[in-house]
Amino acid sequence: MLRDMWLITVKDIRIELASRVVAAQILPFGLLVLILFGMAISPDLAVVGPERRSVLEEIAPGLFWITVLLSSLMALGRSFAVESADGNLDAILMAGMDPAGVFLGKAGAVLAQMIAVEIVLGFGAFVVFGAPIDDPGLLAATVALATCSIALAGTLYASVGAGLRSRDTLVPLLALPVLAPVLLAATMATRDALFTDATVAGWPWAMLLAVFALLYLGVGMIAFGPLMEET
Amino acid sequence: MSESEPRSSNDAAKPKSTEIATEQTASIGSAHTGSRASRTIGIAALVAVGLLAAFGLWISPPEVSQADAARLMYVHLPSIATMYLMFFITLVGSIIYLRNGSRFWDLLAGAAAEIGVVFNGLTLFSGAIWGKPTWGAYWTWDPRVTSTTVMFVMYIGYLAVRRLELPPEARSRRAAVLGILSFLNVIVVHYSVKWWRGLHQGQTIGIDTKLDGLMLTSLMIGFVAFALTGAWLLMHRFRIEWLQSQIGEVGLDQALAERRAEAAGYNPSDSVGGLA
Amino acid sequence: MHWGFVIAGWGVTGVTIAVYAFALIRRGKALSAKVPAERRRYVG
Repeated sequence: MLRDMWLITVKDIRIELASRVVAAQILPFGLLVLILFGMAISPDLAVVGPERRSVLEEIAPGLFWITVLLSSLMALGRSFAVESADGNLDAILMAGMDPAGVFLGKAGAVLAQMIAVEIVLGFGAFVVFGAPIDDPGLLAATVALATCSIALAGTLYASVGAGLRSRDTLVPLLALPVLAPVLLAATMATRDALFTDATVAGWPWAMLLAVFALLYLGVGMIAFGPLMEET
Repeated sequence: MSESEPRSSNDAAKPKSTEIATEQTASIGSAHTGSRASRTIGIAALVAVGLLAAFGLWISPPEVSQADAARLMYVHLPSIATMYLMFFITLVGSIIYLRNGSRFWDLLAGAAAEIGVVFNGLTLFSGAIWGKPTWGAYWTWDPRVTSTTVMFVMYIGYLAVRRLELPPEARSRRAAVLGILSFLNVIVVHYSVKWWRGLHQGQTIGIDTKLDGLMLTSLMIGFVAFALTGAWLLMHRFRIEWLQSQIGEVGLDQALAERRAEAAGYNPSDSVGGLA
Repeated sequence: MHWGFVIAGWGVTGVTIAVYAFALIRRGKALSAKVPAERRRYVG
């Protein structure tokens, strides 16, 4: 299973390196969304809190994670789009590859791509929103766990739409309600990680992310095979 | 019940229970989804709804703190119960379908989900209407309100999957997995939102547990009325699912028959009267 | 005192269910017409 996972992850990453869709399309999309948020929520609105942060800076964690979520939807769609040509997924599964391994492989590739996107987006958010970083350890843990959660749960729900024309509209509808707790937890934890005066305790929320990721690790490995059966 | 003697050799294949036979023959010729069973339940539902209106709107007294707005609880709470009941049926049906491929449970799961979505929408609406005079706002970030709204969208997604263009078995399987996961996801969403709002010491809306005798009676009538209505709707919706699956098969059968006839060298749509 | 809300709540609930019920009945009739009589009811 692990060998199959590795093969799929490497394959998907090779496809990305050759086609550069994530780097050339999804990443710019994410940066654009950050800018749009800045336009929609003027940086000159009232300042809040004892630290005198602008409204935009105050809500920067939430905006960052919404941007990540929207970008991941595209990455997840792409993950299955590369398989629809010539019924690749059927061929892969019929060749005897372990469905759980294929699931982990696809999720792993999405994870790697999204971490890369988030590093750039994070830098962009830092520049555009001007948010400081109080606890880098918590921030790193939050980003890692939240992205794992998104990649695992997202891959499972994206597979429901695999090979279908309505994939692009169906997958967001299925995945976003499920990922709402991830958005919530990641935002809370990030607020604690960035702001020194945050009243929220971030590590419990990071633990919730870990639980969510583990849950979908298990569920995904079990459910992916039955979902992909084409009989 | 003893089997009556066959009148002729053609009657050899008699069903075991004559009751079912009567039911089947009564509805076989009918071009609608009604039956004696559904009509009975439908009438019972109407009676119960009438009783509910009488008790809920008139006989029961206004509540102490909420006055007449509390009367909305007589439809709001039963809506919630019916909604959860339907989604639970979807959960059970999905599990059974995945285990043994039972078409009955697959169709029932799909039918129940649609009815659940309808009652989910009604729950949100009646809750908002109740919230305005009671708390002053149509919407709050109360855990239950938020998670019920997310649940609404989740099951709309489930219904979308049931309409995907896929071979029926593949479609049913994806829907079944989703039917199970959606129920579990609701629990996850509910607890994370509860934790989130708990931090803010927000209002957790409780329902006054001291219920006057008449109010309790009205509420019970409400549950019964909505359950009967839900059952009636489910019967019809299930039959619609069945008919849709049959239409697919009838089309397939016809196509196969036409192909076989062609292969035999005879096309039924050719030449009237058999002249070449 | 809040009868407007009560009427709205009960009214929309009732009307929605009634409309849905009629829609189901009508759809049931339309689909039944397309299926041969012996296949209209679920058989195990």
